[in-house]
Amino acid sequence: MRQAPIVTDDSAVFWDAAGEHRLVAQRCGGCGALRHPPRPMCPHCHSLSWEAVTLSGRGTLYSYAVLHHPQHPAFEYPVLAALVDLDEGVRLVSNVVEVEPPDIAIGMRLEVAFIPTADGRAVPVFRPAP
Amino acid sequence: MTAAIVGVGATEFSRQAGRTELQLACEAIRDALTDAGVKAADVDGIVSYTVDPVEETELVRSVGFQEVVFSSRVPYGGGGSMGTLLHAAAAIDSGAADVVVVYRAVRARSGSSRFGAPKTSPSPTSGHSGTTAMQWCMPYGVLTPASWMALNATRYMHAYGVASEDFGRAVVQLRAYAEANPAAWGYKRPMSLADHQASRWIAEPCIRLLDCCQETDGSVALIITSRERAGDLAEVPVMIGAATTAGLFEQEIASDHYRPDLSVMEGSVALGKRLFDRSGFRRDEIDAAMIYDAFSPILLMQLEALGFCGPGEAKDFVADGNLALDGSLPTNTNGGLIGEGYIHGLNLVLEAVRQLRGTAVNQVREARQVLVTASRTGAILTRD
Repeated sequence: MRQAPIVTDDSAVFWDAAGEHRLVAQRCGGCGALRHPPRPMCPHCHSLSWEAVTLSGRGTLYSYAVLHHPQHPAFEYPVLAALVDLDEGVRLVSNVVEVEPPDIAIGMRLEVAFIPTADGRAVPVFRPAP
Repeated sequence: MTAAIVGVGATEFSRQAGRTELQLACEAIRDALTDAGVKAADVDGIVSYTVDPVEETELVRSVGFQEVVFSSRVPYGGGGSMGTLLHAAAAIDSGAADVVVVYRAVRARSGSSRFGAPKTSPSPTSGHSGTTAMQWCMPYGVLTPASWMALNATRYMHAYGVASEDFGRAVVQLRAYAEANPAAWGYKRPMSLADHQASRWIAEPCIRLLDCCQETDGSVALIITSRERAGDLAEVPVMIGAATTAGLFEQEIASDHYRPDLSVMEGSVALGKRLFDRSGFRRDEIDAAMIYDAFSPILLMQLEALGFCGPGEAKDFVADGNLALDGSLPTNTNGGLIGEGYIHGLNLVLEAVRQLRGTAVNQVREARQVLVTASRTGAILTRD
């Protein structure tokens, strides 16, 4: 099983939601800008107020890498590492699942799914959108 | 700037040093002091990287520095390596210190900080590369610098139609340099493009085993002082003509995934503008370049970002032989981090100094200006 994510006070908003199978980003209470990774202050307007908004979970594969080495016992290889540009405009590091490595392609449409980790948490991953 | 490198020292580069990072640093610094003709008691400044495991107090106690009035560490992992030159030069320019030691010591092969090993928690010495990459990459099995950078390199290949062979041709040149360099891991180890293409995937489609730098044990140290003092010390003082850094909004270190266009190393674009367009130095007057090649894709990407060729043109720039001794930009003439070893970038400064002194194994004729860069930090070293 995957090791649990490292959760800090600043990042808990993302991981707590992921544990409930919700994909969220922070939305600034001052200017409305979405941001990821989480942070305490809006870099555009310096507002400290924000809310966690649930995203559509749909996006596009921006880049990827098929990881062969080194291998860690918590993962199945090859690992399909991915950068996903979500439709709302934020980017995530994640995995693509339910795809064979030769079929992975930049620009493919994706939708979120959740995979359990140790400590009862979960991480968002992406599979091809129907 | 008014600072100069007057001494360099290094241990052997190996896969099993058999001694601590502290001892490796001590040996490199001792040799650098001897090279400079400077006593330990004359040193009053210390600069390293945030990720270096050698603690200043232990170093002072071992080498015998008497009164340290300036110390600093540069963030950004190996990307900060050339920032040590800016910190040292700024300390000297400002009068904060008279003689600064720059050092980096690693046991990146035999020690606990093996860079290529899967990393699932921040290490005590991970500095600013600690929780950022760990939080957002580790839960997905993206556990090494190669895997972090591969995400950018794949996008680069996609944007410009770059193939693994294009990276391989750069590696062949680096290994040809290393083949002649007795200090290099690649000494007398010839390597062909076919060897490169036959090497196993680390991160497909961009990083094969032979695209990776060596995990190395060793240390490099530099002694930096004022131009005035340098004139009395060194036979060939190496001037720090320009030194700068450029860390951009939303930029991470190796896990640099949040800038909009990852096919361009935008930190290096900003660095190139500062080093050249704002300093009066000219790209076409650079006699040799030492460019941080932790993995071969970032060598090509930096050639473009620094402005030595246009976007997407690095594969042709490399294939046309421009990195060779008779090319327009002899690059990483020690073999680079891929061919010589990985002292986290600082061995590239060592090679730049050798080129300017005229003592390199693969010597560029009459080298007067040498560029040293590591992604977002860099300097132009000169001799009069």
